[in-house]
Amino acid sequence: MARVIVGKKHCTVNPLKMGQPIGAALAFMGVANSMPLLHGSQGCTSFGLVLFVRHFREAIPMQTTAMSEVATVLGGFDNVEQAIVNIATRTNPSFIGICSTGVSEIKGDDLNGFLKVIRAAHPELDHIALVDVSTPDFEGAFQDGWATAVTRMIEELVEIPLVETGLSRRMNVLPGCHLTPGDIDELRDIFESFSMDPVFLPDLSGALDGHIPTDFTPTTLGGISVSQIRSMGSACWTVAIGEQMRGAAITLEHRTGVPYVVFERLTGLSANDALMAFLSRASGVPVPKKYRRQRSQLVDAMLDGHFHFGGKKAAIAAEPDLLSAMSHWLHEMGCEIQVAVTTTASPVLEGIPADEVLVGDLEDLELGAQGADLIVTHSHGRQAAERLGIPLFRVGIPVFDRLGAGHQLTVGYRGTRDLIFDVGNLLMANMHEPSPETWMPRCPEARDLVTLQMPQ
Amino acid sequence: MSSLGAKVQKVFEEPGCATNQAKQSRERKKGCNKQLAPGAAAGGCAFDGAKIALQPITDVAHLIHGPISCEGHSWDGRGAKSSGPLLYRTSFTTGMCEQDIIFGGEKHLYKAIKEVVEKYNPPAVFVYQTCIPAMIGDDIEAVCKAAALKLGKPIVPINVPGFVGSKNLGNKLAGEALLDYVIGTEEPTETTPYDINIIGEYNLSGELWQVKPLLDELGIRILACISGDAKYHEVARSHRARAAMMVCSKAMINVARKMEERYGIPFFEGSFYGIGDMSASLRNISQLLVDRGAPAELLGRTEAVIEREEARAWERIAPFKARLAGKRALLFTGGVKSWSVVAAMQEAGMVITGTSVKKSTPDDKERIKELVKDDAHMFNDLKPREMYKLLKDARADIMLSGGRTQFVALKAKMPWLDINQERHHAFAGYEGMVALIKEIDKALFNPIWEQVRRPAPWESDVTPEELCLHVA
Repeated sequence: MARVIVGKKHCTVNPLKMGQPIGAALAFMGVANSMPLLHGSQGCTSFGLVLFVRHFREAIPMQTTAMSEVATVLGGFDNVEQAIVNIATRTNPSFIGICSTGVSEIKGDDLNGFLKVIRAAHPELDHIALVDVSTPDFEGAFQDGWATAVTRMIEELVEIPLVETGLSRRMNVLPGCHLTPGDIDELRDIFESFSMDPVFLPDLSGALDGHIPTDFTPTTLGGISVSQIRSMGSACWTVAIGEQMRGAAITLEHRTGVPYVVFERLTGLSANDALMAFLSRASGVPVPKKYRRQRSQLVDAMLDGHFHFGGKKAAIAAEPDLLSAMSHWLHEMGCEIQVAVTTTASPVLEGIPADEVLVGDLEDLELGAQGADLIVTHSHGRQAAERLGIPLFRVGIPVFDRLGAGHQLTVGYRGTRDLIFDVGNLLMANMHEPSPETWMPRCPEARDLVTLQMPQ
Repeated sequence: MSSLGAKVQKVFEEPGCATNQAKQSRERKKGCNKQLAPGAAAGGCAFDGAKIALQPITDVAHLIHGPISCEGHSWDGRGAKSSGPLLYRTSFTTGMCEQDIIFGGEKHLYKAIKEVVEKYNPPAVFVYQTCIPAMIGDDIEAVCKAAALKLGKPIVPINVPGFVGSKNLGNKLAGEALLDYVIGTEEPTETTPYDINIIGEYNLSGELWQVKPLLDELGIRILACISGDAKYHEVARSHRARAAMMVCSKAMINVARKMEERYGIPFFEGSFYGIGDMSASLRNISQLLVDRGAPAELLGRTEAVIEREEARAWERIAPFKARLAGKRALLFTGGVKSWSVVAAMQEAGMVITGTSVKKSTPDDKERIKELVKDDAHMFNDLKPREMYKLLKDARADIMLSGGRTQFVALKAKMPWLDINQERHHAFAGYEGMVALIKEIDKALFNPIWEQVRRPAPWESDVTPEELCLHVA
């Protein structure tokens, strides 16, 4: 059990955290032919856009209501209306997800009310799904924005099923924001191997997996379709991945009666055993050969790898669910979690295998990481890692100084196996070579004697 | 906010700006802040612009007063390099929470400044205002004044809430802050007749260092670069320079002009991009210094360096002629800057087939026409979809543009080179032009292009035997 401590500093130094609006915007990017829209000043959008471009190395659809000082004072209705009309005419999307920001929240713009008025005034927009979400910058973090956006999509779009759905092969999967497009592809494979038909809300695998479309599109290149979201009530199960998605799963159950299960994480042997057991029971299909082999390979990787993980001290900074996945996994490999830093409140924090979890920043991580063997955080940890001379394993968003962030795997037997290789290799590469001084006597009297005998 | 409003208005009336002077007085009053179309806008806010302009000052603590998004989404993002201090890459923000909004963020800001000073002891703290504290009425000027008194250090307010305007306006407001609070506040220990300021150069990818060795050779001292690789005290003492060069004209013209007005430092507008422009800049620097009393022999030495460096650059570009002759380039970027590179590309035998003139002034357009003759298209507003089609139809061999359009080119399987702010290569001076030609060559002749454009086996009628041929 970890104690959760909230930092008392007045100045955040080297932020770990990012804001809710862009977490929500990323969730909206997992919808096909979609355009996320931030209701704020243009910088709110452009910073987020550049961040995602650098992370995914893809064009990012994201627009702004471009609030000026005057519009902010007078209220943003006109800007929201114009933005939606402009986006509709210029990019012809199926879905527009509108995120509030600190600017519009403080002014008190009622986005939900705005949308009702806009709907009534613009019947020509009827074919476009509009979902608003309240995501003030001054509360919560990226992960909260993502989770709230998913809940809002369920509330606004999912239809109440008319028929009994217990026999359906459809499964709803609600991935947390710590899952990459590659993770979603991997999970799709796993679910399909059990003859299930999974739909992911949101589905970044089609939108941000880095593929070559046949033509240019200004909106998302793929993702879950609005009609698929509407029919999520026809599934037999909802599988939420990450504690952050529990709220969305509950909302979906209340609305449609589809039962849910939450997997707090899918990194590591036992976590994936639980998934396999669940899928096998829910589908009535025995665990396919492929995964029996993969499990065996993971066990072997654990055996080969544990030499390099055992007793190593890790310093981790990440959003709660990613922190939970990485710290439990490293702990299961024999590492000690020397310091754990996170961004926002979550029920998973108390279960982190560390003495304490600090809601803080990367300065806190750097201070706590002295003498550690490994730092695990996003790319902004690079300065700290360099100063401390400790290898950095990059996870989460943003990862802007490495290729393939969208395809990094942390789920499944295979994903965990490769994670052992990647992190294990990093630890091996940084093994300390012994020198004649390595075993120099440690006790003071002995050291004095040695020094005396050394030629001056 | 009224003082900020007045400042914005003043910046808009900038007499040094040619575009502004061409306007009628009513139009001028409206300023150069184009009304943005909601849902169809691109680009950063004023805060973004201010940080771009000032963050390259390397030993200052840059503290952002706002919620986490403003700084948390953007820090350590730009490639301004430092020859020494690294504090500018450490991020400081108050990360305002709901409590601050209810009770006001001034106390929080003061405590944050104090913490930064106690922990990091920088020569100065720059405090950036953002939208939310501006909305709730946090008076950062007052907080900075109080903090400066108590802590005995310059604490400089940069009043740039994002919603007052564009990135460009933010550049200018940042300049105003330097003029109001930094420039002229300290005296240099010694001055020479060869002291210059370089204004509007940010040392991205280390570009200042491509130019500096030549200045060193000529004995010309950069008293302050505003703001690339600058230190606080250098900027504070920059008012004793003999002459100034203004590099990125749109960004900091107010700084150059007001320094001329206040301290009598003459300036010229120049560019380090392109061989001809580089030479002209060296000439102008020397001439201005000589006009201000430096020995006239500097002019001769400058000509000698120019002659030697130009010859060396052309000599190094020449070998690429055979490979690059007739290659067609699309050039999409704002302003004049990119146009300086055209001469080098043409010298290497390349043809410019199209360019955007969206941000160009009438003068720019004339210059472009002259440079490319009539064989290039000038696009006023090319939508990404049309740009994609142009590239997909292979009506060019390479595109040079900024990061925003990168994926339009790459998804059309077309070579692309970043010539905008985020680029990783340094393209300044004579060295930079040679590097640019090398980069173009590398991009064009990478073996992937032939491979990635080949149809997939299920898309074509080729036989398995033919496919095997490719492998062999």
